[in-house]
Amino acid sequence: MKKQQESTGKRENISRLTFHVSRITFYALSVLLLICALPSADAQRISVGSKRFTESYVLGEIAKKLLEDAGYRVEHKQGMGGTIIVWDALKNGDIAMYPDYTGTIQETILKSASPMTAGEMRSALAEHGIGMAGELGFNNTYALAMRRTDADSRKIHKISDLRNHSDIKVGFTHEFLDRKDGWEPLSHHYGLQFKPRGMEHALAYVALNNSEIDLMDAYSTDAKLVEYDLTVLEDDLQFFPKYHAVFLYRLDTDQAAIDAIRRLEGKIDEGRMTLLNAEAERTKDFAAGASLYFSEVGHSAVEVASESFLSKLARWTGRHLMLVGISMVIAILVSIPLGIRASRPGLLSQIIIGVPGIMQTVPSLALLALLVPVPMLGISPTTAIVALFLYSLLPIVRNTATGLQNIPTPLRESAAALGLEPSAQLTKVYLPMASRTILAGIKTSAIINVGTATLAALIGAGGLGEPIISGLALNDAEVILQGAIPAALLAILVQVCFDALDRLLIPRGLRLEEASAGE
Amino acid sequence: MNESKIALKDVEMRFGDVIALHSTNLQIAPGQTTVLIGPSGCGKSTILRLIIGLLTPTAGTVEFEGESVSQANILALRRRMGYVIQDGGLFPHLTAAQNVTLMARHLQPALQETEIQSKLDELCELTRFPKDGLARYAVELSGGQRQRVSLMRALALDPDVLLLDEPLGALDPMVRASLQTELKEIFNRLGKTVLLVTHDMAEAGYIGDSIVLMREGHVLQQGTLDDLRERPSDDFVSEFITAQRSLVQL
Repeated sequence: MKKQQESTGKRENISRLTFHVSRITFYALSVLLLICALPSADAQRISVGSKRFTESYVLGEIAKKLLEDAGYRVEHKQGMGGTIIVWDALKNGDIAMYPDYTGTIQETILKSASPMTAGEMRSALAEHGIGMAGELGFNNTYALAMRRTDADSRKIHKISDLRNHSDIKVGFTHEFLDRKDGWEPLSHHYGLQFKPRGMEHALAYVALNNSEIDLMDAYSTDAKLVEYDLTVLEDDLQFFPKYHAVFLYRLDTDQAAIDAIRRLEGKIDEGRMTLLNAEAERTKDFAAGASLYFSEVGHSAVEVASESFLSKLARWTGRHLMLVGISMVIAILVSIPLGIRASRPGLLSQIIIGVPGIMQTVPSLALLALLVPVPMLGISPTTAIVALFLYSLLPIVRNTATGLQNIPTPLRESAAALGLEPSAQLTKVYLPMASRTILAGIKTSAIINVGTATLAALIGAGGLGEPIISGLALNDAEVILQGAIPAALLAILVQVCFDALDRLLIPRGLRLEEASAGE
Repeated sequence: MNESKIALKDVEMRFGDVIALHSTNLQIAPGQTTVLIGPSGCGKSTILRLIIGLLTPTAGTVEFEGESVSQANILALRRRMGYVIQDGGLFPHLTAAQNVTLMARHLQPALQETEIQSKLDELCELTRFPKDGLARYAVELSGGQRQRVSLMRALALDPDVLLLDEPLGALDPMVRASLQTELKEIFNRLGKTVLLVTHDMAEAGYIGDSIVLMREGHVLQQGTLDDLRERPSDDFVSEFITAQRSLVQL
């Protein structure tokens, strides 16, 4: 409420300025307020992370509820990414805890080739300032799954049976393809020779069901194993390590918070976890999976509150606008001076145009991944803003430079001959004359930015990409569209706003000139 | 005291290997209209651009009231000169009135609207520009009106010197003839030092108190029309005058 009043007050103060300035300033200010508000967490605030698959989301929701019952204000950073991203976030303090699996901790985090006891893991984790709670009670190991009918007709029941079937089409998650306990060592262990394709986990189920692939990696508590009537091949040569679910937490976390989470120890077996996962996927709501746990356990009478769609949409859109708004304001402030410099001939100008050009060719996902390990960035909206900022530079820099270069020499000379200082020539003549081109660059940047910002959800920065990624995890087009449609509408809205802005910002004389040139 | 308003002393202008103006000495008398004339590429526009500092001479000095023109004083000097080019050089994002008052408002942000308005009225009357055209943009004005606005802009700060580079070059003959008459009247009325570039001998003879005839980067002769006609310094001078006169007589 207080923030709303502040924003309204700001809005009134600048009402004398033109529409566009007030609008941009308003966004920038409210966004700055938001940023300032974010780190000013009180002692009772705590963040829980989760990885990008249903079970991790559900466990995150359960932890959130337990912590809320213990009196904390909890933010659940849902589906932040794969193991490395979430682990980095935990080490950096972006989150206080998240659920993981003993096998993953040993192989991916501690990078140990030999099996470790729980005690060995705890002391190794403690070196990173991280603690490990007790096992929740289920083993969600990797498994290889096939259609039951297909497996029966080919008489494949164990992984070693696969050796005699070279015609099997295989699709694995990228993580499984890369893991130390994943496909490569598995293929050596069993002497298998397939050429697997990498694909999203949820999509692989559909591909398997449609017989586009015949074999995939799965988790032993996946709800879809039942849904699609799949069979899990027996790990007859004991390749897969145990994947007991545990919570990892920062050792500097409140003891009360740790105690709250430890109440889950030994409470969830494979059957229950599969049910919770199935409930979440059936209702398309991770909180519903968590609710089922509490209603079954009778642990709390209160339901885990499911956020209404409109409130979620408002949250996603608000965050999306914040990411786009901040990155665009900074990009404009940086790009226009760079563009002005680049409008003059010389090597420096080529560098100024060239570097953002190279930036543009880096795939956005790769850029995000490169920025995450940078100190001060990590898993945060800041990282997303930096990436979006870098992507927004080129169109504005290039258009500013081009717009200025295209001013006819006689007009440049007229401005100089009047006796205007170079700075006044720029502000009173050159920039207004280049305004159309500069605005077009800003518009291009903003529209690209709105689309690219959906990727911010991959690093837990939220926005309209959140439902898109959840939807991928759930294999649910409806959920994907909950993010994709608003993002598309937002891009159209940006286009419309800029068209309106053109009329306000581009001097009438230039618009008349263009109209008469078109005749 | 130096008698000339503007003087070129051994001024040379090279662009790489091309010499646009060979070493030249030239005196521009105060309060008179001097016309620079010659075929295309003879260096007449170059002289104007050197005086207003759009070009820096590769040798020699340009003097304004005996003071050498340099980077240090060019801004102040430009504000004492008005510059009009062939297409008017009006800024397309500004109305006619905004073009005319741009510099005055820039130099004196506190200037009263009434003062600006009375200055505009005065200039409109002088240049016979219709007041209802002041709110128009360059694209909405005819060629002749654009030149009137450009002249208003050049006169807005009441400069000592007017530099006009083919100001009537892009106009059709009827408009051109009437503007020649008007320009001559305006120059006589204001008594400013005027330097006008043209390639039209009739225009030069009609408007100019003094004519400077140029060819291929050299000044061939400076004098009145009668001087040039009666006492040509070489054959080209008489050829140039005769060729133009015979055209006029057709």
